Amino acid sequence: MEIDPFIFRLSIFILSIFIGYYVVWSVTPSLHTPLMSVTNAISSVIIVGAIIAGLSGNMNSIFGISNIFGFLAIFLAAINIFGGFLVTQRMLQMYKKKKKNK
Amino acid sequence: MSANLSATFYLISGVLFILALRGLSSPETSRRGNLFGILGMLIAITVTFLSVGNFSIGFSYVIVFLLAGGSIGALIAYKIPMTVMPELVAGFHSLVGLAAVFVAISAFLNPEAFNLGVSGDIKLSSLIEMSIGAAIGAITFSGSIIAFLKLRGIISGSPIIFKGQHYINLLLGISIIVLIYYLCDKQSENFFWTLIGIAFLLGFLLIIPIGGADMPVVISMLNSYSGWAAAGIGFTLENSALIITGALVGSSGAILSYIMCKGMNRSFFSVILGGFGGTDQTSSSKDKDKKPVKSGNAEDAAFLMKNASSVIIVPGYGMAVAQAQHAVREMVDTLKKNNIKVSYAIHPVAGRMPGHMNVLLAEANVPYDEVFELEEINNDFANADIAFIIGANDVTNPVAKTDPQSPIYGMPVLDVEKCKSILFVKRSLSPGYAGVDNELFYRDNTLMLFADAKKMTEDITKNL
Repeated sequence: MEIDPFIFRLSIFILSIFIGYYVVWSVTPSLHTPLMSVTNAISSVIIVGAIIAGLSGNMNSIFGISNIFGFLAIFLAAINIFGGFLVTQRMLQMYKKKKKNK
Repeated sequence: MSANLSATFYLISGVLFILALRGLSSPETSRRGNLFGILGMLIAITVTFLSVGNFSIGFSYVIVFLLAGGSIGALIAYKIPMTVMPELVAGFHSLVGLAAVFVAISAFLNPEAFNLGVSGDIKLSSLIEMSIGAAIGAITFSGSIIAFLKLRGIISGSPIIFKGQHYINLLLGISIIVLIYYLCDKQSENFFWTLIGIAFLLGFLLIIPIGGADMPVVISMLNSYSGWAAAGIGFTLENSALIITGALVGSSGAILSYIMCKGMNRSFFSVILGGFGGTDQTSSSKDKDKKPVKSGNAEDAAFLMKNASSVIIVPGYGMAVAQAQHAVREMVDTLKKNNIKVSYAIHPVAGRMPGHMNVLLAEANVPYDEVFELEEINNDFANADIAFIIGANDVTNPVAKTDPQSPIYGMPVLDVEKCKSILFVKRSLSPGYAGVDNELFYRDNTLMLFADAKKMTEDITKNL
């Protein structure tokens, strides 16, 4: 009997939860705010779904309801991706070590 | 691009996202980690374009919306002051939630584009996955909007409670499940819209009763929800990058909520049920007025500090409100010139989101190796001369260790009372968010400095 591909996706999902669990526990508490902003940015990878929806139209149906929701989702996710990664970068630039022997 | 090839690339971008989080284990590796994250996102987006392969008219619109959103995002990222990070993160969560809802709607209306069957006859598993994704996304959206408004102070930070609240929420939760069942059975559009509407409502009602001091938990929890919503959509789209990311973000938010709850010694459920931090719980005794309080001015504080050999700074949300982090760092610079040892002590729930104080101090150029977490520094208070408490309150209250009746009993607190003297910068004697009087105010070795945190700190620096 063949295994449903869903089971493979479920395996990826469950194992990723465990990876997330161990990786996040090793994040130093002083970086918890950047952690939140970067998780924000990466969860906006949901934009791939929005792009598929946005690209699905042809000349006649470019402004079908489905496409419009796709475009709006692209817009929202793009705010998050750029905003999330850049603000994380800006924060991380500020974490500096003590200047020694100066 | 073949389906297998693009699936491989999605897997790579998922792995890059794992590395992005892994980088955050120390500040040195964190910047490279963030670059991994950006690279992962770039791969995911490019692969999506190539695998759809339609570069006709739709493509130009996609690019336009992408760039429009992107430039707004970039503008926000550069302009935003660090003190409003909690609001920003709450706002970003709401966008992820809404984007998830919109993607689910597109997929429902146009399943052909996503290979999910045809309209009116969508694969059962896909339908379940997209409705779960849409429901969690909607809850994340409206919940984050409420959190944002509470953090901004546009709606009151105190809990809003009404009778039968929890039953209504329970009812709404059950009706979501029932609706998903009927949606799968009938494939009717109306069920789908009702489902989303109810989920929006539930998001509002879930966050409304939660008080301002519990915001660190709420933000972490919504962070987690946004992850689960992304994972739900990931299952619908059969996209491993989304599934991996959703799982990572979901567990990350859950762990942060757990850490925050532990920092307040409260169970996750008591936070979710809300109502904490209201005015009705003030357990302070009536003889409050009788107790004498020693208050001083900047000169007194400066005098004490000059004669100290070690000082521990305890910042809290009040420092963020007063934007006093730069003033504090200037004061510390002056202290260091006088050969006084200074370190910072940060309670896990200081501020309005996890790690809030650390970011503010980093912004003010405080080196991160002078900043310590509660467990690292708590034993040092006994050997320190002065604890300088600025904008913190409940997290220093010794009543958490001594009075089992107190609502904050059992919460880990900073042992500031072990210092030789305590300088407490505060506007008034009002209790903190937990509504509990702080007995530190009335100690003999406490000097209250009633003033705006920033102004007082600047005045102390002048007198040093």
